[in-house]
Amino acid sequence: MTVTLAQAINRALTDAMAEDDRVLVFGEDVGRLGGVFRVTDGLQSRFGEQRCFDTPLAESGIIGTAIGLAIYGYRPVAEMQFDGFTYPAFEQLVSHLAKLRNRSRGTLTLPVTVRIPYGGGIGAGEHHSESPESYWVHTAGLTVVSPGTPDDGYAMVREAIASDDPVIVMEPKRRYWMKADIELPVTAPPAHEALVRREGTDVTIVCYGPMVRTALDAAEAAEEEGWSLEVLDLRSLSPMDTEAIVASVQRTGRAIVVHEAGRSLGLGAEVAARVQEAAFYHLEAPVLRATGFDTPYPPAKLEGYWLPDVDRILDLVERSLAY
Amino acid sequence: MVDDLQRAGSGQLDPTSLLPPAEPVHLLDPDGTLHEDPDHPVGLDDAALLELHRTMIITRRVDREAINLQRQGQLGVYASCLGQEAAQVASAWALQDEDWIFPSYRELGAAIVRDVDPADLLHLFRGTWLSDHDPYEHRFALLSIPIGTQALHATGFAMGARFDDNPIVTVVYFGDGGTSEGDPHEAMTFAGVMRAPVVFFVQNNQYAISVPLAKQTAAPTLAHKAIGYGLPGYRCDGNDPLATYAVTRRAVERARAGHGPALIEALTYRMEAHTTSDDPSRYRSDEELEAAALTDPIVRLRNHLRNRDLLDDATERRFEEEAAERAQAVRDAIYDAPHGDPLELFDHVYVAPRADLAAQRDELRAELARREDDDGGAA
Repeated sequence: MTVTLAQAINRALTDAMAEDDRVLVFGEDVGRLGGVFRVTDGLQSRFGEQRCFDTPLAESGIIGTAIGLAIYGYRPVAEMQFDGFTYPAFEQLVSHLAKLRNRSRGTLTLPVTVRIPYGGGIGAGEHHSESPESYWVHTAGLTVVSPGTPDDGYAMVREAIASDDPVIVMEPKRRYWMKADIELPVTAPPAHEALVRREGTDVTIVCYGPMVRTALDAAEAAEEEGWSLEVLDLRSLSPMDTEAIVASVQRTGRAIVVHEAGRSLGLGAEVAARVQEAAFYHLEAPVLRATGFDTPYPPAKLEGYWLPDVDRILDLVERSLAY
Repeated sequence: MVDDLQRAGSGQLDPTSLLPPAEPVHLLDPDGTLHEDPDHPVGLDDAALLELHRTMIITRRVDREAINLQRQGQLGVYASCLGQEAAQVASAWALQDEDWIFPSYRELGAAIVRDVDPADLLHLFRGTWLSDHDPYEHRFALLSIPIGTQALHATGFAMGARFDDNPIVTVVYFGDGGTSEGDPHEAMTFAGVMRAPVVFFVQNNQYAISVPLAKQTAAPTLAHKAIGYGLPGYRCDGNDPLATYAVTRRAVERARAGHGPALIEALTYRMEAHTTSDDPSRYRSDEELEAAALTDPIVRLRNHLRNRDLLDDATERRFEEEAAERAQAVRDAIYDAPHGDPLELFDHVYVAPRADLAAQRDELRAELARREDDDGGAA
C-alpha cells in the first residue's frame, strides 16, 4: 500500500488516540482543518473536540498548557505549526518541559510529544523553512527525533507518544508527500538506533530527516563516479547513536555530515567532535559538513542556492577522497 | 448564572459585568472593625478565624527564620513574603483540599496552608537541591522562577480537570510585574476559551524588584486586564484576610461550578526587599514603608479577634510558641544541610536511561574518585 509520510504520521496519531484515551492532540488549526499540512486530518471528527482541538494562536500557551495537562495525567501531543513559530514557546520548552522532571527530583513525569514540521525546500521562505533542531538537542531533558521515511514517521511518532519523557519530533515537511510501499502499522528499530540506509565503502554520509532522501540520491549519483557512499540515518538526534557513527567511519575512514541547518554549532559539529574523539586513527580525511549557510534563511526563490543538495554533497565527497 | 463566556466574541457580552468594582473589596479595618458585605460573605466560624491567624503567625515567623538563615550564609538567597501573609494564606484557605496551587517563588504562606515543609522549599534557596516536596501529595506545584510561566501550567491542569469532569480548581499566583509577561496573557486567553476552572491570583505588592506599578502598566488597575479575555476581574484589599478569603472563595466556587476562570488583584505591599540580595533603600523611602506598616494584615486580624474576645493572651502565646518551634524545625533541617550525591545530577533528567548520560556520570564518578585520592594524599 502506498503511504506518504503525512499519512503515516496521521495513522500513528490515530492509532495512539484509539489505544489510549489520555492522548490529546492540539495546536493551531489541527482540528476542523486537519492541520495546515493535513497531518491531523480526521482526528477531530473521529475522536471529538475534547481529544483533538484547535488552540488560540499562542505557541507558549500550547506548550505551557501541555505541561499542565501532563502534570494532570494526560498524554498531550502538541503541534507547532511551523519551525519558526516555536520561538515564542522557547521558554516553556527549555525552562519547563525539558527540566521539570529533574527539578522535581523525578516526581513529575511529562509525557509530552511536540511535533514540529521543519526545514525548507517548499518555497515557503523565512519562519516557515527553518531548522532549529540544535536548540532542542542542546537542551538537557529533551529527546529529539527526526524521521526520514514514512515507516519512521509512523514508528517514531508512536514511540514518542508512548515515551514518558518529552519528545520533540522534527518532521521534514518537504518529505510529507514522500511515498513508501508499506503496510501500516509498521514496526521499526527504536529511534535511538541509527540505521544504515545504504551500505558503502568509501565515505559515510551522516544525515537525518529531510536529508536522508538527498543523501541517498547523492549515493546513487556517486556510483556513476565510481564512489561508494554509505548513508547513515541518525533518526534520533538526542540521544545520538555515536556507536553506529563510529562503526561506519571505522569501515569507511571518511565522514560527511549533511543537514539543512546552518553550519556553526549545527549537528555536524557534534558528529565531527564525536568521530575525532572515538575514531581518530581511522580517519583518512577530516569530517566535512554539507549544510545550510550561516545566514538567515533565504527568500524562497533563492533557497535552491542555500540548501544542501546532491552536488554540494558530491563536491565534499571529492574533497574528502582527495585527502 | 448567565453563561457569559458563550457570548464572548459575539459582541453580546455586557462588558461592564466583567469590570472590577470601583473600590477593592474591603471588610476589615486596620483596627479590626468588620464591615459585612452581603455580596462577599465570609462564612468562617470563630475556630477557622483563629486558625487563619495562627497560620499567618507561623508564616511570618518561618519567613523571618529564612531571612536569618540567609544572613548567616545558610541560604544563597531568599524571597520574603513579609506583609503578604493575608494575600497568600487567606486565598489558599479558600480552596478545597483537592484543588491545586501553582506558586511563584514567594508563596511560603500558601505552602504552609498546604502542609508543605518549608525546609523542602528552602533547599532550592540553599542550593542543596531544586525542590524536595511531592506536588501530588500537597497539590502544590514546584516553585516557579521564570516570571508568570506557571500560569500556563495551572491553566493546562485545569483544562485536564474540566475534560475529566473533575470538580477541582487551580489557583496560580503571580505578581504585578508578572502581569506584563506574555505567559499570563496566553494563559488567560486559553482559560477563557477553554473555560478552564483556574483563578489567576495577582498579588500586587507594588514593586517588581525596584520598578513600581506605575512603570509596569498603564491599565486603570490590574484587574481591568481580565476583561480582554472575557474573564471577570476582581479586586480586594490583599492585607485584609477576610476580604481576600471572601473574594477568592467566590471566584473559586464560580470556577468550580463551571462558569469559567477569573482574575483577582489583591492589593498588598512587599515589606521586605525583593530578595535578600536586593537593597530597597535605593528605590523607596522609609516614610512609604512606615505608611505600609500601618496596614499590616496580622495586626488587623489580631485586632478583630481581640475586639471579639476570641483571642486571649494565652492563645496568642501558644501560637507564637508554635511558630517558634516551626522556625526551629526549619533551622534544624537547613542549617549546614549537606548537598546530595553529585551523581544524582544524572538520575532525574530522563525517565528512560540514556547511554550518553551514563557515560558522563561515569566520568564524574572517576573525577570524584581522583579527588578523594588527592584529598587522601594531602591528609
